[in-house]
Amino acid sequence: MHKLTLSRKSFLIFNYILLGLTAFVCILPLINVLAISFSSSTAAAAGFVKLLPVDFTLSSYKYALQKHEFVDGFFVSLKRVGLGYAINMLLSILVAYPLSKEKKALSLRNFYAWFFIITMLFSGGLIPTYMTIKSVHMLDTIWALVLPGAVPVFNVILLMNFFRGLPKEIEEAAYIDGAGYWRVLWKIYVPLSMPAIATITLFTIVTHWNSWFDGLIYMNQPIHYPLQSYLQTIIITTDPSLMSSNELLNTGDVSDRTYKAAQVFLAAFPVLLVYPFLQKYFMKGLVMGSVKG
Amino acid sequence: MQLKKKLQEWPLHLMLLPGILLTLLFSYVPIMGIVIAFQKFSPAKGIFHSKWIGLDNFRYMLELPNFTSILWNTIFIAVLKIIAGMIVPIVFALLLNEIAGAFFKRTIQTIIYFPYFLSWVILGGILIDILSPSGGIVNQMLGIFGIEPIFFLGNEKWFPYTLVLTDTWKHFGYGTIVYLAALTAIDQSLYEAATMDGANRWKQTLHVTLPGMMPIVVLMGVLSLGNVLNAGFEQVFNLYSPMVYSTGDILDTFVYRIGLLDAQYGVATAVGLFKSVISFVLIVISNKLAGRYAGYRIF
Repeated sequence: MHKLTLSRKSFLIFNYILLGLTAFVCILPLINVLAISFSSSTAAAAGFVKLLPVDFTLSSYKYALQKHEFVDGFFVSLKRVGLGYAINMLLSILVAYPLSKEKKALSLRNFYAWFFIITMLFSGGLIPTYMTIKSVHMLDTIWALVLPGAVPVFNVILLMNFFRGLPKEIEEAAYIDGAGYWRVLWKIYVPLSMPAIATITLFTIVTHWNSWFDGLIYMNQPIHYPLQSYLQTIIITTDPSLMSSNELLNTGDVSDRTYKAAQVFLAAFPVLLVYPFLQKYFMKGLVMGSVKG
Repeated sequence: MQLKKKLQEWPLHLMLLPGILLTLLFSYVPIMGIVIAFQKFSPAKGIFHSKWIGLDNFRYMLELPNFTSILWNTIFIAVLKIIAGMIVPIVFALLLNEIAGAFFKRTIQTIIYFPYFLSWVILGGILIDILSPSGGIVNQMLGIFGIEPIFFLGNEKWFPYTLVLTDTWKHFGYGTIVYLAALTAIDQSLYEAATMDGANRWKQTLHVTLPGMMPIVVLMGVLSLGNVLNAGFEQVFNLYSPMVYSTGDILDTFVYRIGLLDAQYGVATAVGLFKSVISFVLIVISNKLAGRYAGYRIF
């Protein structure tokens, strides 16, 4: 048994306080704006709201949910997440599997690998990409949001490394029994890779949900905006000259400020829901990423 | 004896086909589209009939009065972010590592990691509210100490530092977890040996923990070299305004404005290419260095 020295004890107390305070400061902005979203416009304007709502009301949330742009955006986002996830996952699996093979099984393996890696290192940039999407007539369609990033190379590498870590014996037994690559992939590799697939699933869903810039530039009509793009156009107004020209809202308990706060949390809510799972799988993803083939 | 029949290759090529076609269309076609950086491009004439003007777009770019300041802003903001983005998580991971209580440790991690998963639109909305000079909670709290309200997002002196601080806020939880994972991988017998030799916790941190972390610190540092021109488009775009262009405008936001808003396609592509080429060279160098000093391979 060893006893804590005085200096060790005081360090530990200091450490607990410092870490606790830092974490509190990190979460404070979220709590404050959450409290504002549940407060009345007068309390928010008077600066009474700190950590808890003042004059608790749901008016701002009701007001936000009545806006058809908000609801429309929500559904565009859902569609984007569903379609985008399906495409990303399918293509990640289909690309990662051949790349996990040795050169003797797939002679062009290294060529293919570099074909995909190069897209991580170099890109055409904003304008040429925009013009490509315009020239294939995808502006104002959901495809502009899900096809350009259809092959997420980082996820492919993650999955490829995971595939390589699986025992070769099962696969070889299947080949001897007459199974081909497709069967082995769907019946053996995919079921065995569920931990990796779960991690990629969560991150892909959050990435699609959070994307806003592509929606902003590829959709000419605001009716096609995903939720985050729509919110970008209304929440983000740092310029006071723009702020005054915007219709400043003040009806009953709802003000511009409480209304924006409510929308921020409505958009963050789905992320909050999956966050416990995200956190759990993240460590696994880290470990997988570090397994080099 | 093995009865292995030779498997044919074509199913593997077939699996790759959809991914390759989409990558060709959405990554390689735009890369070829970069040629408009050397054209006096007009959408009506298209890529094949626009006039070739050599390096004129680049000359124009370099002669723009604000180009040097935009380049400087980009590097300044990006480098500060890289430095803060390494030091803060390392210190935080070291401090968290000293905590014995699993519940406290987990709670702290859960809290500091959360902003990482929110988009810059959402964080931007939150920051605009709390940093507001009229009624934002930050200025209210500064007011308690008698400090006049500061317009963090509208003041050109404060703006770059506000970017660095808020970027660290979003990302340091992630970094902390990466470094904590490296800390748990350190051989525990080294600590026991150090205790036997009479080293206290501070000495152990200095002579066991820090050297044990060095490989991952070097790796992260070297790899971040590729980000020297990435000042964070999504963040800046959601937080800046014309008031802070002089210190907050970066290459990416500049490309967006002259390209998509002013429709100067050729110049915007030239600026983008300038950035891509430098970044590409930096990434290649950093990967080479990471390979040499940390055994890192991208594939």
